[in-house]
Amino acid sequence: MLQIKDLQAGIEGKEILKGINLTIQPGEVHAIMGPNGSGKSTLAAVLAGRSDYEVTGGSVEFLGKDLLDLSPEARAGEGLFLAFQYPVEIPGLSTINFMKTAVNEVRKYRGEPTLDAAEFLKLMKEKMNLVNIDKNLLTRSLNEGFSGGEKKRNEVFQMAMLEPRLAILDETDSGLDIDAIRIAAAGVNAVRSKENATLVITHYQRLLDYIIPDFVHVLYNGRIVKSGGKELALELEETGYSFLKNEMNIA
Amino acid sequence: MNDGLSTIEQQITSDYKYGFTSNLEADQAPKGLNEDIIRFISGRKNEPEWMLEWRLKAYRYWLKMEVPDWANIKYPAIDFQDIIYYSAPKQSKKLNSLDEIDPELRRTFEKLGISLDEQKRLSGVAVDAVIDSVSVATTFREQLGELGIIFCSISEAIQEHPELIKKYLGSVVPMTDNFYSALNAAVFTDGSFCYIPKGVRCPMELSTYFRINAENTGQFERTLIVAEDSSYVSYLEGCTAPMRDENQLHAAVVELIAMDHAEIKYSTVQNWYPGDKEGKGGIYNFVTKRGICAGVHSKISWTQVETGSAVTWKYPSCILKGDYSTGEFYSVAVTNHHQQADTGTKMIHLGKNTRSRIVSKGISAGVSHNSYRGLVSVAKNASNARNFSQCDSLLLGDRCGAHTFPYIEVKNNTAQVEHEATTSKIGEDQIFYCNQRGIDTETAVALIVNGFAKEVMNQLPMEFAVEAQKLLAITLEGSVG
Ligand SMILES: Nc1ncnc2c1ncn2[C@@H]1O[C@H](COP(=O)(O)OP(=O)(O)OP(=O)(O)O)[C@@H](O)[C@H]1O
Ligand SMILES: [Mg+2]
Repeated sequence: MLQIKDLQAGIEGKEILKGINLTIQPGEVHAIMGPNGSGKSTLAAVLAGRSDYEVTGGSVEFLGKDLLDLSPEARAGEGLFLAFQYPVEIPGLSTINFMKTAVNEVRKYRGEPTLDAAEFLKLMKEKMNLVNIDKNLLTRSLNEGFSGGEKKRNEVFQMAMLEPRLAILDETDSGLDIDAIRIAAAGVNAVRSKENATLVITHYQRLLDYIIPDFVHVLYNGRIVKSGGKELALELEETGYSFLKNEMNIA
Repeated sequence: MNDGLSTIEQQITSDYKYGFTSNLEADQAPKGLNEDIIRFISGRKNEPEWMLEWRLKAYRYWLKMEVPDWANIKYPAIDFQDIIYYSAPKQSKKLNSLDEIDPELRRTFEKLGISLDEQKRLSGVAVDAVIDSVSVATTFREQLGELGIIFCSISEAIQEHPELIKKYLGSVVPMTDNFYSALNAAVFTDGSFCYIPKGVRCPMELSTYFRINAENTGQFERTLIVAEDSSYVSYLEGCTAPMRDENQLHAAVVELIAMDHAEIKYSTVQNWYPGDKEGKGGIYNFVTKRGICAGVHSKISWTQVETGSAVTWKYPSCILKGDYSTGEFYSVAVTNHHQQADTGTKMIHLGKNTRSRIVSKGISAGVSHNSYRGLVSVAKNASNARNFSQCDSLLLGDRCGAHTFPYIEVKNNTAQVEHEATTSKIGEDQIFYCNQRGIDTETAVALIVNGFAKEVMNQLPMEFAVEAQKLLAITLEGSVG
């Protein structure tokens, strides 16, 4: 469903992604790991359509469409979701209101009828239970004054609400306590299906105990330098990334 | 899009959605202002002699005054002889029912979204619609009458309740108060009068829609609300105007009087034509609004959502004379393109244990300028006065300006006066976050702006909060990318 070919992108003339190749099939879970600053969030942002990044080469196909040609909101409409590493605050706007608008905008994009207040509340209750989030949090200003973990949990809730085809989780596990990781993972697993895929960006093998990946990739210096099965994550946990430098030097 | 701000600029392109002119045959005075014109106005309205004298006195005073120039606004000098001071839509006879209203006038109301059909009307709202200078329809009169509430045009009140008008007109905003209040006193043509008797809680929102219609017609509305002991009234003033090339002057005066334990809530949604993208045309809005908490434990609350006008000069104020009285001011002022707004409030603490609260939210886009100007004054004998002021500015783009001018005059050392101010920008990251959830930029701006203004919007009566939210969105359509 997602084919990234030789994707190159940068910001303000600085090259960050230097030719990414990655294919994700429906039903798969991919994990991306890699040292700080290697370009993981940049990849996520470019896929989501963040405009400050300039795509300088390559192509991305998503569900048969040229992803790079679509506006960020159209990408969301097509079913792409990004759980942000650093979710932003919007004072005075509650998550409930925000989600009501988002869900209905996406439905409009897909030509589906919008949900009325009662239907929306029903959907919301269902998803609240799924990710075990407190209603009070959802009535407060979006992310304002939320703890780190609350922000991440709110991202998982939004993902559940929007039921994306491809969810990209950018370090959604950092800041979560052990129980929360389990719940977040349960949320991810609950929306997992034959049609949907997930791309998990993480530093920790721990998350992958709960969301078991089909593939693990190592992103280093703007390139995927190593790919493997779930055992690669374990390996990395033990050896760290120091091997990369040696391998890269040889290459 | 590599340059976020250029998209911000790009999107500042939306047009005024309520711009249209209706063809009502007008009965109007010749251009210009002199004593004969004032006699003409007074004559047209069949006014008693004392009213004419009052007008002439104001006019003679006005002649000696100068146009104020202290506000942070710029506009070409107004030629007061180039204005038509009286214009009434022609109506041959008194109407028995709404069905008899000129269909053109009805369509105008419909375009503005005002339904005069009582059945269709949002339940609980009485509308006194003002087109140009004459009040053309008043509904719910009888129901209010049973409670002893008077809600009518000021012209009618002059005829039918002269004792109340003589007692209160000009008692809060004297004709000598300022240039525009003197002008208004001389030439005011219509407006609303509202009287709530002792112990009565007005069961519905009272509402007036003002509208400027005939070309070159200045609007000089005069509103007077008196709430007797232990009464309550909530009043909403809303307006929109047709698109014009020439600048139009509006100089209204609003006076509120709250007796012991009385409460007046006055809400305004203002959406006059702001001029085009180049700043051409648009309404000049110079308003004097003031209320007096005359009695103990009385309360006056001003809420305003200001989205229109080319130039706004407006400071709804409270004189807190009664002990334990409370004054509130909640304001959202939005400026886009070349709009200029200099608005704020004055809280004058005279009585003991008086309280005031100011929440001002300024939103600027385009190359507009938005100023908050507020005075908190505590008199020598006003012990234990409390004020809290919160002034927040939100900038959309980097070519607009937000300014805050708080003035504090405290003559009693038991006073507690607090002032907080913030300035923020809509961030590209906030917009992108919304975009990523499937929300386009225009809707995202509306969500963010309404969030910013929420504390004030919450003060509006429910029926109008939704309308006001839409208005904010329309005004800022395309302000950020
Ligand atoms: N707006 C920007 N301006 C300049 N440099 C940037 C910008 N955004 C990212 N970069 C740089 O691009 C590189 C990749 O950043 P990115 O955020 O994608 O890393 P990451 O792999 O997600 O790291 P982390 O594990 O710390 O989250 C870093 O060197 C970063 O400093
Ligand atoms: Mg990152």
